[in-house]
Amino acid sequence: MNVTLFIPCFVDTCFPQVGMHMVRILERLGHRVTCPEAIACCGQPAFNSGYWDEARQVAGKTLHHLRDAEAVVIASGSCGAMLKVFYPQLYAGRPEEAAAQRLSEHTWEFSDFLVSKLGVTDLGARFPAKVTFHDGCHGLRELGIKSGPRKLLEKVRDLELVEMSDAETCCGFGGTFAAKFPMISTAMGEVKCASAADTGAEYMVSNDSSCLMHLQGLLSRQGKPLKTLHLAQILDSQ
Amino acid sequence: MSNAAQQFLEAAGTITRNLRHRGLIQTALRKYEVARDRKKSAFNDWSSARQSAAETKWDAINHLDTYLTEFTSKIEARGTKVHWCPTGPEARDTIRGIIRDAKAKCVVKSKAMTAEEIHLNEALEKDGFEVVESDLGEYIVQLRKEPPYHIVFPAMHLTRDEISDLFERELGSAPTREPEELTMIARRALRRKYIQADVGITGANFAIAETGMVSITENEGNARLTAALPRVMITLLGIEKVLPKMEDLALFLPLLATAGAGQTVTGYNTLYGGPRQPGESDGPVEWHVVLLDNRRTELLADPEQRDALHCIRCGACLNVCPIFRNVGGHTYGTTYSGPVGSVITPHLRGLQDWKHLSNASSLCGACTEACPVKIDLHHHLLQNRRNAVGETPSWIERLAWRAHAFAVNTPALYQFGQEVARIVEPLRQRLQGTPLDPVKTWTSTRDLPPVAPESFKEWWRNRR
Ligand code: SF4
Repeated sequence: MNVTLFIPCFVDTCFPQVGMHMVRILERLGHRVTCPEAIACCGQPAFNSGYWDEARQVAGKTLHHLRDAEAVVIASGSCGAMLKVFYPQLYAGRPEEAAAQRLSEHTWEFSDFLVSKLGVTDLGARFPAKVTFHDGCHGLRELGIKSGPRKLLEKVRDLELVEMSDAETCCGFGGTFAAKFPMISTAMGEVKCASAADTGAEYMVSNDSSCLMHLQGLLSRQGKPLKTLHLAQILDSQ
Repeated sequence: MSNAAQQFLEAAGTITRNLRHRGLIQTALRKYEVARDRKKSAFNDWSSARQSAAETKWDAINHLDTYLTEFTSKIEARGTKVHWCPTGPEARDTIRGIIRDAKAKCVVKSKAMTAEEIHLNEALEKDGFEVVESDLGEYIVQLRKEPPYHIVFPAMHLTRDEISDLFERELGSAPTREPEELTMIARRALRRKYIQADVGITGANFAIAETGMVSITENEGNARLTAALPRVMITLLGIEKVLPKMEDLALFLPLLATAGAGQTVTGYNTLYGGPRQPGESDGPVEWHVVLLDNRRTELLADPEQRDALHCIRCGACLNVCPIFRNVGGHTYGTTYSGPVGSVITPHLRGLQDWKHLSNASSLCGACTEACPVKIDLHHHLLQNRRNAVGETPSWIERLAWRAHAFAVNTPALYQFGQEVARIVEPLRQRLQGTPLDPVKTWTSTRDLPPVAPESFKEWWRNRR
């Protein structure tokens, strides 16, 4: 299959290894990966701030570059939700509506692509550690991704998956929310980290680097031993 | 920034650092979640129960004119006086008039968020009437002279010790930590008031169009006494409370109790059909039903967010909301707090003054998932943001987003930005913790991930 990988700006800039692991995994599975260099952002920040015209300035370019893709795989549940759920709303009643709808149907969050589209759960990975999984809200509630990442983790050799009580509770990132309401965002993150730490896990794993950026930022600042890791990183470990 | 927004930010700043508050609320609401999940499993299919409830409310709200007139004509036929009040002040004046006509001095009141909405108690107290809240939680916050903390659990932010201290101070009771004891102390004080009161004011959970009845659910029996003992009964309710048929209660009563409090059904569920009828020996001699609009019809006129009128005020969205759990109910500064409050307050009290509540959300969607009548709460927050910008855009923000769009759409500029970020990173690190830090809203509590020496796109290019 021709897979078009969409690497959002913050993954490109701060977490390039997440994208690299995805490329390696997809290629190992025999797919042809392309990555359009002209696009960097899905437009979600402006969209969530209420500036829909400006969001369309960004989304329009992304839509243009991805509109004919066979499968778009995206390295974040949140950006995935933007393409799958919110592009059709952003372009409702506009000439691009059909293209947005088509793109929505051909877009997959990375773990969902592996499990639901390709039917793959065992990637032959080995990762000897105790981990707990954080459900990113957009992946969970906009895209309905819950069991997929767990199926993938269960197949990882020597990995022990433990559930935290607040697995589905928002970590407090929320895009511009984290900067506009840092005190609330921080409190939410602390609740999340405490819940993850209670499991005794060494790593808090997620399929969304944006949540992890916020959580790791808190953990590092507070000197906590718990570490965060993107799912792709584990799935590409041998 | 509006005054309300400023106050919200200040209050949130203080309370999010209050670990005692955090512990109390998180513990209470985790217990709620366990109880709710247990009761949810008693439904054959929770999701179709929600779907069915949403459809019933959709029908009720989209045919509000028909159902409301059906309700009022039925209830009037049994001697109830119905008052239509377009605004809060009109509802207040109507109620004041009824109380004055009844020559009342003392008024007992059961729980009614609509009364909070129109600031009824303050108005009545200013007129010299004594108003006593008969719901235990409401009674406690009334003694503390503060608004309810939560639409269903008004005093959930208080510990037993704090309540005991309050009762000791206000009622002269002996200190105790036993919930039963505390309840009895309040009950003894309240019983006297039921006898003294000339007027009882209640809220309503549902108004049944088919039979012309009002359904009130409660756990303490206080609403029954409030309705039954005084000579005059007043029921204040929003026009959205209507349900088409009596049989709808078979779904809505357990749905409300399960979603809101993790109960199978609420302790007492009572239907009121009219004042004392000829030949009956008890019940109020007069019953006034006050129907409140207070800009609900404006919400009705908005096809995108009309479903917010489905709300049965169960409180489930507050209970699961991670924002509510961390900032608590009082921080909102509104009658309706939590997600539903953030959605409807801009409609009820002005978008520009209250848009900050729609911004103060991570859009996680836990509210929408929990709502028993399937209100699309978190997407309405997004729409409020869009509408607020559409009405009065901030030119600075607009410019910033245009610049952002230009930067991410121009690969050379985007790469240049990454390069600059890499170069200034050591300087930024030195500025961290000082007021000059350009990203201090992030770095005051969190580390910032470093810019990678090689971006993904650079790696991708080099690899090929
Ligand atoms: S919006 Fe839904 S969950 Fe929230 S109080 Fe209303 S009915 Fe309950």
